[in-house]
Amino acid sequence: MLADKDRIFTNLYGRHDWRLKGARARGDWDGTKEILAMGGDWIIDEMKRSGLRGRGGAGFPTGLKWSFMPKAESERPHYLVVNADEGEPGTCKDRDMLRFDPHKLIEGCLIASFAMKAHACYIYIRGEFYNEASNLQVAIDEAYEAGLVGDNACGSGWKFDIYLHRGAGAYICGEETALIESLEGNKGQPRLKPPFPAGVGLYGCPTTVNNVESIAVAPTILRRGASWFSSFGRPNNTGTKVFCISGHVNNPCNVEDAMSIPLKELIEKHCGGVRGGWDNLLGIIPGGASVPVLPKSICDTVLMDFDALRDVKSGLGTAAVMVMDKSTDIVAAISRLSAFYKHESCGQCTPCREGTGWLARVMKRMVKGDATLGEIDTLEQVTYQIEGHTICALGDAAAWPVQGLIRHFRPELEKRIAAYRDKKVHEKAA
Amino acid sequence: MPKLTIDGIAVEVPANTTILQAAESVGVEIPRFCYHDRLSIAGNCRMCLVDVEKSPKPVASCAMPVGEGMVVHTKSERANKARGGVMEFLLINHPLDCPICDQGGECDLQDQAMAYGADRGRYNENKRAVRDKYMGPIVSTTMTRCIHCTRCVRFVTEVAGVPELGATGRGEDMEITSYLEKALTSELSGNVVDLCPVGALTSKPYAYAARPWELRKTESIDVFDAVGTNIRLDARDRQVMRVLPRIHEDINEEWLADKSRHAIDGLQYQRLDQPFVRKNGKLQPATWNEAFTAIASKVKGLAGSKIAALAGDLVDCESMLALKDLMAALGSTSIDCRQDGAALDPSVRASYIFNTTIAGIEQADALLILGSNPRTEAPILNARIRKRFAHGLPVAVIGTETDFSYKVEHLGNHADLISKIADGGHPFATVLKNAKKPMIIVGMGALARSDGAAILAAARQAAETCGMIKDGWNGFNVLHTAAARVGGLDLGFVPGMSGKNTRGIMEGAGKGDIEVVYLLGVDEIDTARLGNAFVIYQGHHGDRSAHRADVILPGAAYTEKDGTYVNTEGRVQEALRAVFPPGEAREDWSIIRALSEVLGKTLPYDTFKALRARLATIDPNFASVDQVKPATWGNFGTAGAIASSAFDYPVKNYYMTDPISRASRTMAQCSEEFVLGGKLKSGTHG
Repeated sequence: MLADKDRIFTNLYGRHDWRLKGARARGDWDGTKEILAMGGDWIIDEMKRSGLRGRGGAGFPTGLKWSFMPKAESERPHYLVVNADEGEPGTCKDRDMLRFDPHKLIEGCLIASFAMKAHACYIYIRGEFYNEASNLQVAIDEAYEAGLVGDNACGSGWKFDIYLHRGAGAYICGEETALIESLEGNKGQPRLKPPFPAGVGLYGCPTTVNNVESIAVAPTILRRGASWFSSFGRPNNTGTKVFCISGHVNNPCNVEDAMSIPLKELIEKHCGGVRGGWDNLLGIIPGGASVPVLPKSICDTVLMDFDALRDVKSGLGTAAVMVMDKSTDIVAAISRLSAFYKHESCGQCTPCREGTGWLARVMKRMVKGDATLGEIDTLEQVTYQIEGHTICALGDAAAWPVQGLIRHFRPELEKRIAAYRDKKVHEKAA
Repeated sequence: MPKLTIDGIAVEVPANTTILQAAESVGVEIPRFCYHDRLSIAGNCRMCLVDVEKSPKPVASCAMPVGEGMVVHTKSERANKARGGVMEFLLINHPLDCPICDQGGECDLQDQAMAYGADRGRYNENKRAVRDKYMGPIVSTTMTRCIHCTRCVRFVTEVAGVPELGATGRGEDMEITSYLEKALTSELSGNVVDLCPVGALTSKPYAYAARPWELRKTESIDVFDAVGTNIRLDARDRQVMRVLPRIHEDINEEWLADKSRHAIDGLQYQRLDQPFVRKNGKLQPATWNEAFTAIASKVKGLAGSKIAALAGDLVDCESMLALKDLMAALGSTSIDCRQDGAALDPSVRASYIFNTTIAGIEQADALLILGSNPRTEAPILNARIRKRFAHGLPVAVIGTETDFSYKVEHLGNHADLISKIADGGHPFATVLKNAKKPMIIVGMGALARSDGAAILAAARQAAETCGMIKDGWNGFNVLHTAAARVGGLDLGFVPGMSGKNTRGIMEGAGKGDIEVVYLLGVDEIDTARLGNAFVIYQGHHGDRSAHRADVILPGAAYTEKDGTYVNTEGRVQEALRAVFPPGEAREDWSIIRALSEVLGKTLPYDTFKALRARLATIDPNFASVDQVKPATWGNFGTAGAIASSAFDYPVKNYYMTDPISRASRTMAQCSEEFVLGGKLKSGTHG
């Protein structure tokens, strides 16, 4: 278990002062000027060496992403955009960082922007996060007042402005290019890639979009050293990570722990175990709504990191662990997710626009068992017809939960179909 | 130049080419719905997915730039599977009402479903139904059929410049709609029907009229403006059912203006299908013989100076030449093809053509428009200006403030501003001087006024001072409003020695100096000013002038005869007959030829071919079809005082400019919708 001294988010539970004074007492904004003085290349190298992988779900190495930005400034300004549109069902980590530790994020914004030669940073925050936006704005104002950001950020000579933009509640605006579109004032629909944002992003200028957590951990990594951060977890899956555990556990919580912690240990140690004991476990969605569900047999041993979960055909995603015990109607649970993706599809590209509706409708019938056995195969084929054929990853996200269900709970589906058919036959006979 | 392999064929294409374009260059066809050459790339239909080696997912070939060493498979199992999947998705919510859909037979979805669709559906749920949207008198909608390719949205935003279409809702509830469900206020709106790959947007006037395979297709030239848009006339029996654009990169690309597309129902109404002779003050039906005899009894023995002829806006060159020859034989030199009285100088060709050429607009880097609103006078040409504007062309206008569909700087509306540009004192003169390829467009609003010759001279001077005339670039342009005008000037349908021009003829007729006026399709003059003159009207519609005529000779409309037209660029094009003229009506040149015989002045050609050959001897340009030869610069215009009065744009109502469009019901609807704003509606309306 992670020692308290190694925690990055020391106010994750809001027990202390979230304002500048309290943040400084916890070590934020300490030696920021010196970090900046080391230069942008050093910062990016250090981030690369730390092995930090993006915390938004895709797990792309953060340092590498930063290095894709053009090395020199041109007439086109560089931008950093922070994705605080946390909307993945089950995920609530950014929210607590935003309201209880906003200065970590602001300091990270300055360092990341400096490293990528951006003079402006936009934080796109989910519209529903009213209190979070309020706290963050207060923190930004404090940082301006203290000269930490602004014309001469931290006395480094670097001009840095930071803007908060509130979204309007669309899940798709958490996709980086849709977020950029939305930020520009357009309809939130993902852009085609290439060109990637590092080349053509916000207002057509080089832009990097990072998750809140990826940015917020950067100052601590640079202060304590890349090797400290990479000492946690397994190779290629290093560092600490905030997990959001919800569902049928005795003590649902957000908790920071080392990467690659066994799933069972995470639940037993931090959440007081599964409701009714580990043996009462039915399955776990380990990384937010868009990753496939895992049955208990896999949950027994799997490690919580990108590679381990990928190897069992699921994913770490945002590390939003949703625990379901045996009282759960797993088909109804996945059907609810399909309804979510149908509702949140932007409608731009064909497979997602048409496919999510198809999945949701069939899933709705599957809950009752009002289907034929052959439709299970059709359903599975439809998910593969969506996956990988869309502009953004929402199509994949809609397909995976259904794939996970069919992969691990097919007998349950078949049982319901048979039961429903029997019921109909009896009704007819009666 | 990256090298790549597509289906085993090695290709080398410029960087930034997309895979789809590279594939097309070697003849590999990739299916698509949303991709269109002339619109921005949306990449949303996903039909063009191809298999690229080393790529984890199939890629959208319309949007993916080629890379060095790429190996692309367009027909691999993975590619076909991806397309089959997309096709299935497109069809699950598509109504499959092909038997009652106007797109049937020319539907991209239908065609591609043949190649990639399954033989049965697996979708057992209810299909989506979408409420239809109102898009005006031209575009009919069946939105349930929409596949959300957004071609229409991109067209109206990018090409037409009226961002009035968009999508509301998201996911499967996304709907294409017009802004507040108002009609599309564009003169190019009909093109969205061509662009729509399915039957969601179809032509309202043509609804349920014919199937594409029933139609006889004739390639022809449009006459509703001076652009010379290349069109295809689709006819069934004796009626032209619809007009579609043909691709001509130098003129219309693949667009067609709404009037050119939809005024053709006017060819069914108000037609002159037999000769008429005025007896006892009333027009009476007559035979051709009676009509010719009536003319002969008036004209024979009359001095040539008492006879005059005018040629109208829709007339073909051959007919004008025949009439010119007839008038010469009768000893008359009072002929004019400029019924609006524009001060065009026939002696210098560069003074009355669009020297830059329409395609040349794409090289211009500064533009001054003088007394012209290209949006209503030549929507296709306006689209080309807009295309250039999108790349940063600064445009300034001397004329009334109006929406050009792109941003312009209104310099004011005093005609004498052009003098300030000409002497280099105006700030915009500096913009023009600093430009590498500046251009000016002079419209009929500037030339068809009493000081037109002085304005023409000032415009010439402006072109010279601002560096518009140089090696390889001529930035001086006249934008005509009539398809017949340049041809008439080229073949010399203008006053000869001591002949009178339009103004002179009208005055002469009013005073009684001119006793016979021959109007060849002339309908835009004030016939009340013709006094007691004997008026011969030859044309196809019972429009303004026919009511004043003493003899009516029923002619053929542009769809009913072969004919040569010269567009505003000076480009000679040949139109072809699609159907026969109605009733007794005849091709115009043959009427004049027959009349010449009755008058004892038999014209020396018996066939259309011979007449056309004579055309080329008058001006060799007529022999070089579809070519624009640079015209020699010269001195033209008459320096003089320019009144400070405002310019009047020549086209007041785009939908009502000529006898055909005035007879068209569709144009009447458009006119009410867009121009009159429902003012004509009464309590009993609709």
